Amino acid sequence: MSFIDFHLPALITLLPLFGGVISVVLGTLVKPRRDLSWGFALVVSWTTLFLVVRLLESVVTSATGVVTYNMGSWPGPWGIEYRVDHLNAFVLLVVAGISAVTTLFARHSVDAEIPRDRSHIFYALWMFCTCGLLGITITGDAFNVYVLLEITSLASYALIAMGKGRDRRALLAALRYLILGTIGASFILLGIGYLLMLTGTLNMADMHTTLMAIPNLEGNRTVLVAFAFLLVGLSLKMALFPLHMWLPGAYTYAPSAISAFLASTATKVGVYMAFRFLYTIFGHEYSFNTIPGHNVLLACAAFAIVVPNISAIRQTEVKRLLAFSSAGQIGYMVMGFAIANQDSMTGSIVHLFNHAAMKGGMFLAVGAVIYRLGSSHVQTFDGLGKRMPFTMLAFSLGGLGLVGFPLTAGFISKWYLIKGCLVAGYWPLAVLVLAASLLAVIYVWKLIERIWFTERPEGAPEVSEAPATMQIATWMLILSSLYFGVRGEFTAEMAGQAASFLLEARP
Amino acid sequence: MIGFLEATPLTAMAVPTVGALLIVLFGRWPNLREAATLLTAGTLLWIVFGITSGQLARGAEGGNFGEVYSLGQMLPGLALEFRVEALGVIYALVASSLWILNSLYSIGYMRAHHEKNQTRFYMCFALAITSVMGIAFASNMFTLFVFYEALTISTFPLVAHASTPHAVRSARTYLGVLVTTSVCFLLLGVALTWFLTGDLDFSPAGVFGQAIDDGRISAGMMAGLYALYVYGIGKAAVMPTHRWLPAAMVAPTPVSALLHAVAVVKAGVFSVVKVTVYLFGTERLMAFGASDFFVYAAAFTIIAGSGVAMFQDNLKRRLAYSTISQLSYIVLGAALLAPAAIQGAGLHLVMHAWGKITLFFCAGAIYVAAHKTEVSQLKGLGRKMPFTFAAFLLATLSIIGLPPLGGSWSKFYLMVGSLEADKQWVIWILVASSLMNIAYLLPIATRGFFLAPDEPPAPEKHDPHHPEDHGHNASGIQEAPVLCVVPLCLTALGSLALFIYPDPILDLCRMIGS
Repeated sequence: MSFIDFHLPALITLLPLFGGVISVVLGTLVKPRRDLSWGFALVVSWTTLFLVVRLLESVVTSATGVVTYNMGSWPGPWGIEYRVDHLNAFVLLVVAGISAVTTLFARHSVDAEIPRDRSHIFYALWMFCTCGLLGITITGDAFNVYVLLEITSLASYALIAMGKGRDRRALLAALRYLILGTIGASFILLGIGYLLMLTGTLNMADMHTTLMAIPNLEGNRTVLVAFAFLLVGLSLKMALFPLHMWLPGAYTYAPSAISAFLASTATKVGVYMAFRFLYTIFGHEYSFNTIPGHNVLLACAAFAIVVPNISAIRQTEVKRLLAFSSAGQIGYMVMGFAIANQDSMTGSIVHLFNHAAMKGGMFLAVGAVIYRLGSSHVQTFDGLGKRMPFTMLAFSLGGLGLVGFPLTAGFISKWYLIKGCLVAGYWPLAVLVLAASLLAVIYVWKLIERIWFTERPEGAPEVSEAPATMQIATWMLILSSLYFGVRGEFTAEMAGQAASFLLEARP
Repeated sequence: MIGFLEATPLTAMAVPTVGALLIVLFGRWPNLREAATLLTAGTLLWIVFGITSGQLARGAEGGNFGEVYSLGQMLPGLALEFRVEALGVIYALVASSLWILNSLYSIGYMRAHHEKNQTRFYMCFALAITSVMGIAFASNMFTLFVFYEALTISTFPLVAHASTPHAVRSARTYLGVLVTTSVCFLLLGVALTWFLTGDLDFSPAGVFGQAIDDGRISAGMMAGLYALYVYGIGKAAVMPTHRWLPAAMVAPTPVSALLHAVAVVKAGVFSVVKVTVYLFGTERLMAFGASDFFVYAAAFTIIAGSGVAMFQDNLKRRLAYSTISQLSYIVLGAALLAPAAIQGAGLHLVMHAWGKITLFFCAGAIYVAAHKTEVSQLKGLGRKMPFTFAAFLLATLSIIGLPPLGGSWSKFYLMVGSLEADKQWVIWILVASSLMNIAYLLPIATRGFFLAPDEPPAPEKHDPHHPEDHGHNASGIQEAPVLCVVPLCLTALGSLALFIYPDPILDLCRMIGS
């Protein structure tokens, strides 16, 4: 095994971390720094993606399906252990992939939205954020999760606030996110603290073993409190209804590339974290049978796929509309995890990937519109199909995916989720999932009608197609969502593996 | 590897898809673009003829199902697969033969009207035909569902073509009803079937055998599932899922003609028959009496549709309600489950298509030539447009089901089928409907030929959009452009030919379910 292969898990987080530092230094030393910062970020993000793909390969081909790595060669549970199975390898792929593609997109968009003398800081923050998200996903250590979560959050507050160049409300949105995010993080920290108190360890697998050894676990109030703190804190982080109110503002006013990046990764990692805690630390038995944690989650998820989607219909700002839709889509993922059978979880995990591709692509397309027209109000989309046909086609295809039309990736996730509902005997939920996709039809079609079936109003500014880098990035995501909609086998099998890993409660 | 233009389901789908690409490429040169449409339509027809002759040969040896062609697994266990089978051949044959006539007609109509966005129009048309071929040759319910939805999406731009607020609103109804029914009922039904049986492949025995023998499916569940399918297939327009059909009449007439007499509505009833015969299996359905309810539902739609049609003054709306009524003949045939009734359903798919498309062509020709849209405005117009009105009369007779026109065969088989199923009262429904057809369709043609125009034609208001189209001489023949008139004469003669020589279609119909 070569040096690189051996240290792959560590390199994946270290590369963007040092990349960020170097970006700041480089940007301060060299003056004409715009394209340099961008180029450097691009190299870092694509290299990271390349490393993640190699890691994914080694996970799939390994006999146990798990790759472990001890930070600084300190073995777990004393040292920090990185532990990669199918589930987090898959989430890593989503995060690294989206980061790479959105960085490609960012070139012109950042030029237009971020002051020139800060672009190197912007890209540095971005890399820190990526580092945090990758780290949360890859680590097997509970406290490490918290630390990296803080890195991610701080970087993303700053990134969102940098949207002030376009709209000063970004500052308020960032502040709001900061307050709620900090509350959520404190809850998570408290939860981890209680667990540490009980088990004396921070390694997740070790925690699980110790917890299971506690006599009279079901009557133990401390475990229950830890569970509750974690559940609430994580729900805030993943923007599960009714704790989603920070999300629309944050995604609306963030710089375009950041909206796409965060919308496709941050909440997904939140969902991942929640279920890593629920399944791996507390175990399937405790989380879903001893205490009815899944009933709370199911109820929240059921509301989440209805209420934010209805809010989305009423929005007049397309970025805000997509943000509300994201809050709705989180409901699907949580629902699948909470039903907790093979099919429903496969649906959830596939949806992590599929939604990232579709929604990321749509946010990028909106970013291109903002770059050309300076606004994402629905009226700017009137008749845009003739002026920016490729971008708008990508946007529309992404929208169809959001609805879950067959031959798009959204259909694959929906199909598994419905089957999971039926297998578990939750008939009303299956009907609800189907009916909720009609809400998506309404808000997507509202836009499709404007784009393709409305004449461009008199006196509207002339526009031309978006720059090539923007289009390439958008189409990369949309085409992948279409490809995995027609050939769902790869993603479905990966997700199926991950689901059976979690269900067998293997650490 | 499949040879170039070999007669297989995959090439039948590839040809219109390539056609759509060519249409976009040639978008700037209308003549080239239209040539691409016609060339594609011709090639497709040739391929479908090839498939048909293969199917007839297979039928002569007692077979029905052809080879399976796969586009690969979409999900583990769920593949996009295609397979030639008699019912599918009938539908593909109808769609491809009428597409070429309709393309000629479209060119005449769209050019006479100086419509905008014609490239988008022809492209979506070709994509709709791709979906039709996918539906016709789908070898499992999953594939059928995929292309059923693709057809909805690809026809939406056609319905909303005019882009006026009214058109967009109607198109919204169209999409709303079709998507709601298909997502809430059909998809749920498909998922339930997959969950209960783990099998979605079409076969004469159906997929439920094992599950029924294990006692996992009760009579009530079977009836409920069947209802999910029939109401889920909103394109079959069984009341109350019919609202989209009149709404869709806002589309340009060639769209109404092909899509709402042939492709879309026939996709609906085709799917109903296919599901009845090959997914549930007639024997299983009969054993549970699961389709009985739909004999009544279809009978109600037949009468109610005709009833509403009588009071419509707008010609296209009247035809739309007539279509709703006629589609339920096919649903009725499927729900009766008797072999003759199913054959009647298959026949009616063809006969109604040729008859109704003629009626729509005529409505469009009348609009192009005289700008008349209401039935009450047609007095005396037959003397100016003799070809159009003669064709209209022939098609009317076919829809009513009178010899010597094709429609009489399907009605005859349906009646025999209702006797076989021991439901004599259905015959009276069919008779009553025929009488109602006479009452609301026949006067249109007779009014044109025999009544004198209301008042001497006032000095024509000059339509600013079409100043040069019509030399408005008060007397003499004023037909629509020749590209409009020729296709409608051909389809009318087609109805006649289908009476005289229905043998190949009959042969295909006899293969259904064997």
